[in-house]
Amino acid sequence: MTDNQNPPPLLEASGVSKRFGAVVALHDAALRLRPGEIVALMGANGAGKSTFVKILTGALRRDNGHIRIRGADTNFSSPAQARKSGLIPVYQEPSLIPDLDVADNLRLGQTPVEPFLHWVSELGIANLRLDDTINRLPLATLRILDLARALASEPEVLLLDEMTAALPTDLVERVLGTVRAQADKGQAVIYISHRFAEIAQICDSATVLRDGATVGDLPIVPGVEEQVVELMLGAALETNPTRKAGAARAASGGPHVQVRNLAVGTKLRDVSLDLHRGEVLGVVALEGQGQDELFEALAGMIRPTGGKIVIDDAAVSFAHPADAIAWGLTFVPGNRADGLLMQRSVHENIALPLLARPGKWGAIGMASEASRVNDAIARLQIDTRAMGEVQRLSGGNQQKVTIGRWIAAGVDTLLLFDPTRGIDVRTKRQIYLLVRELAAQGASVLYYTSELAEVPAACDRVVVIFNGKVVDVIEAAEADEQTLMRAAYGLTGEALPA
Amino acid sequence: MSRIVARHGWTLGLLAILVLLFAFTKVIQPNFGPTGLDSLSRATLPFAFATAAMAIVVIAGGIDLSVASMMAVAGVTTAVMMDGAGTGMTLFTVVAVLVIGLGMGAINGALIVVTRVPDIVVTLAMLFVWEGVALLILKAPGGAATPWLREIIVGPFLVPWLPKSFVFLVVCLAVVWIPLRRSRLGLSIYAIGSDELAAYRSGIAIGRTRIIAYALCGLFAAMGGLTLTMSTGNGEPIPGPYLMASVAAVVLGGVVLGGGKGALLGPIIAVFILRLVRMDLTLMSVDPNVTTIVEGTIMVVVVMIGGVLAMRGRRQ
Amino acid sequence: MTDQPAPLKRVLRFMGDNPIIPLIILLIMLIGVLEYMRPGIVNERWMGNTIKFAIPLAMLAACQTLTMLTGGIDLSAAVAATISAFVMATQVPIMGVPLAICIGLIPAILIGLVNGFGVAFCRVHPLIMTLGTGLIGTGCLQVYQRFVIATGSVVPDGLAWLGTGRTWGLPNSLLLFVPFAVVVIWAQRRTGFGRLLYALGSNQTASRISGVRSWQVLLALYALSGLIAGVTGLLYVGLIKAPSLSLVNPLLLPSVAAAVIGGTSIFGGRGGYAGTIVGALILTVLGTLLTLMQMPEGARRILFGLIILAVTTIYIRLTDQSR
Repeated sequence: MTDNQNPPPLLEASGVSKRFGAVVALHDAALRLRPGEIVALMGANGAGKSTFVKILTGALRRDNGHIRIRGADTNFSSPAQARKSGLIPVYQEPSLIPDLDVADNLRLGQTPVEPFLHWVSELGIANLRLDDTINRLPLATLRILDLARALASEPEVLLLDEMTAALPTDLVERVLGTVRAQADKGQAVIYISHRFAEIAQICDSATVLRDGATVGDLPIVPGVEEQVVELMLGAALETNPTRKAGAARAASGGPHVQVRNLAVGTKLRDVSLDLHRGEVLGVVALEGQGQDELFEALAGMIRPTGGKIVIDDAAVSFAHPADAIAWGLTFVPGNRADGLLMQRSVHENIALPLLARPGKWGAIGMASEASRVNDAIARLQIDTRAMGEVQRLSGGNQQKVTIGRWIAAGVDTLLLFDPTRGIDVRTKRQIYLLVRELAAQGASVLYYTSELAEVPAACDRVVVIFNGKVVDVIEAAEADEQTLMRAAYGLTGEALPA
Repeated sequence: MSRIVARHGWTLGLLAILVLLFAFTKVIQPNFGPTGLDSLSRATLPFAFATAAMAIVVIAGGIDLSVASMMAVAGVTTAVMMDGAGTGMTLFTVVAVLVIGLGMGAINGALIVVTRVPDIVVTLAMLFVWEGVALLILKAPGGAATPWLREIIVGPFLVPWLPKSFVFLVVCLAVVWIPLRRSRLGLSIYAIGSDELAAYRSGIAIGRTRIIAYALCGLFAAMGGLTLTMSTGNGEPIPGPYLMASVAAVVLGGVVLGGGKGALLGPIIAVFILRLVRMDLTLMSVDPNVTTIVEGTIMVVVVMIGGVLAMRGRRQ
Repeated sequence: MTDQPAPLKRVLRFMGDNPIIPLIILLIMLIGVLEYMRPGIVNERWMGNTIKFAIPLAMLAACQTLTMLTGGIDLSAAVAATISAFVMATQVPIMGVPLAICIGLIPAILIGLVNGFGVAFCRVHPLIMTLGTGLIGTGCLQVYQRFVIATGSVVPDGLAWLGTGRTWGLPNSLLLFVPFAVVVIWAQRRTGFGRLLYALGSNQTASRISGVRSWQVLLALYALSGLIAGVTGLLYVGLIKAPSLSLVNPLLLPSVAAAVIGGTSIFGGRGGYAGTIVGALILTVLGTLLTLMQMPEGARRILFGLIILAVTTIYIRLTDQSR
């Protein structure tokens, strides 16, 4: 669609790197964008996509590398500066001020009203009133308003992050058509999406990130999906110890936990699954497909808006995590900061559930507590050099503490949400082994992971969730990364019951 | 029409309550007239300014516990500077006190932004500091206000039923609030209280906006201190009961603790409601101490309801 | 994390971990300055007096310490203490001493329960909630006073003995305070309830995930805080011997300052009662020092405010580096 040599790139990023403490989020990210071009920015969870977007839009500063706009080196220190250079983002979550009305929001962002209204009607929203308060408008409308606001300020580079995620199909078509038309008039667009169909429809090329570096730049041609998936996964896969899948599932009776048509708001729409004793059931999904809500509903953190949870043939409902714990459902959250008393000792962190009930508020049996805690520490091989404050432990050891808490309290059903995110290989192995060992002793484990490679090592079966629904159930033996990735991107097509 | 009712339902409801209370007052005290209204309005002045001060920081998503102490500083400064002052000095004092108010508020805001200590702790510490400053300026009640200043807030304005003090209040608030409300700065204050991340992404300088919000809070507090000294005729270094009263009026006035919502009108009506309740209880010859209890209970219950509403809001 | 911390940072971190050691050094330095300014002032009698006045402060500061561990505060503690003292003293002529003491403690516990209700169920910020109940409490006390104005008030001999008496040069109030302090320090580490205070103050979400129902803890905590305040009031009226409507109020701000200086984080999860006791002693000595220097009341308040601000800023910096 555009000549490869001419015109010169509008935006060119190369060698961009960013560290957060010891974690390298980006080390060699690159992107090149010409006027009139739509480039898809792709990458699996944790590839550094969101960090790259933040750097491009001025929300974060890069450590190294170059970003040139029309050949001039830039280093934005705030989103306001990026805007001034003509780079306007539409973020994944609405960035309008919820308590102000539309007109005030336009004034705040110094957006011209006439073009804004033009784009609003162009994008298919009728009867918008400027005195509507933002927090009374539906999410889909807000996404459109965000886009209209961006278009009205006539950006040179438009960055769309999961623009179509909350939109009904008719609006999606409108948005895609409008974006393509704008590009044909010479606007450059960075398009971030999990949906291959949309990318194939409007993008000129795809830039793929893996492990913080740009690994490829592919022109969009029919059948490019396979290439993109391959690039996202990488060639040299680390081989994990594989096991005989499904062998550990206990023969005794029916499922231990049954989830039927569970729904939470608009995120989790309809999930059914069975979790047996002695089984590790994997959950695989792209970010934000409803898996957070699934785990939080099972843990009693939030109330489901539909469906039911059955434990050993008894229908249950949880008003508080304490109720879930009473039914044996214990939760290890994805964000370790949510699970830990960062300023307190390893001992206190592990012993916490033992003291939760008012009946345990009296004197602590220090000896028996110590033996339980020390058992858990020994079993998980927690590094005991920095016992005094959990915040001084490494990420891997912190994760062991959140798991160790439930080992000390006794495990029945363990809900592990991405327990190996950002921790070292050795600790990962220990966690797989522990999970298998717990299952072998009769526990049930629901295991969400963002690292597809670890599924065969840890799980017996996998449910794949896309757009709030179960789209596939795969036996661990067949769950190679290609299959899982395709399923996670909704490429299998038909929905299957679990 | 129905849109206006829907959007301003809370304020209209408050207005209805206020009217009912006035009717009730007239029933229990048939000779309630312009004089009664005048003294009610004058007694409400410092509370109204304290409420306006609190409202502006709460809208910006903060809170300022040092409002009453800043009023005390402004009050004693006025009393000391005006003691025996001529017209020129009096005018200078008014300007100086307002500037001092802006300064105190800006210091509060800057400390919050710079130290990154939560607003509630910083302003608690500053509550002690400003209280100490007031005591250093004036150890015991004393000083004086220029007598003709008092005339500005005593008696009726043009018609018997319109107290001068009420006009004074409306003018003072309007001069600051109306230009602010529609300006980009005013919108920014709402924006940082409503959603800080979205505000940042819209290109708003969060820290600067916060400092300005606190400075305006200081300005209103200074107006409150000034009018307090104007109406009593001397300076009082010990802060009055304006902190709790202003928080309660703000919450009752429809400004949600947590920020982004509400305006000045609601809290000002709420402050008149709370004052009128107190006056009615006095008229019904209820023990003034019981009145204090009733008032305190209303405030605590209002804050508790506000807390529950804020919790609901977060859940949705 | 991987970087070697600079020596200054290491010293700061050590102090952050063991605030009691620098605090004791500070206390000794203050006493040294006092002795230097007025040689001979530091003797057995002075020490007895200092301890005698530090004890009610330290007890009231226990309310602040325990509530602060959860990220709260109790600004109604002084009012609750005053009410207990006043009600007890006025009930003695009618009910006799033991019953009067019981009756005196009831309103304090009630105030605590109301605080707990507001904080736990309505999620009102503890500062606002306790400030409000304090105001209501003051109003109630004034109304109560009008009913008992005729009966007069009596401070029981036992309380006066406990508050002002000495045995072998040591204040008798240590008889109450030492067991109290031992129990609080033991309970904060070695009981489930104490641990949950730290847990709630460190991370509400983590506590929730672990099955802690925070309302149970908060309700019990604020009721307990009210009870401790009430007992403090009884002791303090024994020391002052003249019940009044604002008896304990001057101790409120110092009690907050004592807990903050003692290393208890106002955001919760950090600190403990041992530091608070040293903080109370430091403030009492500092008070003597400021009186000797003829520091006016206004300057003292400014100093209190700045101390609280400075100490919290330092603690924020100390904890920030790891986040």
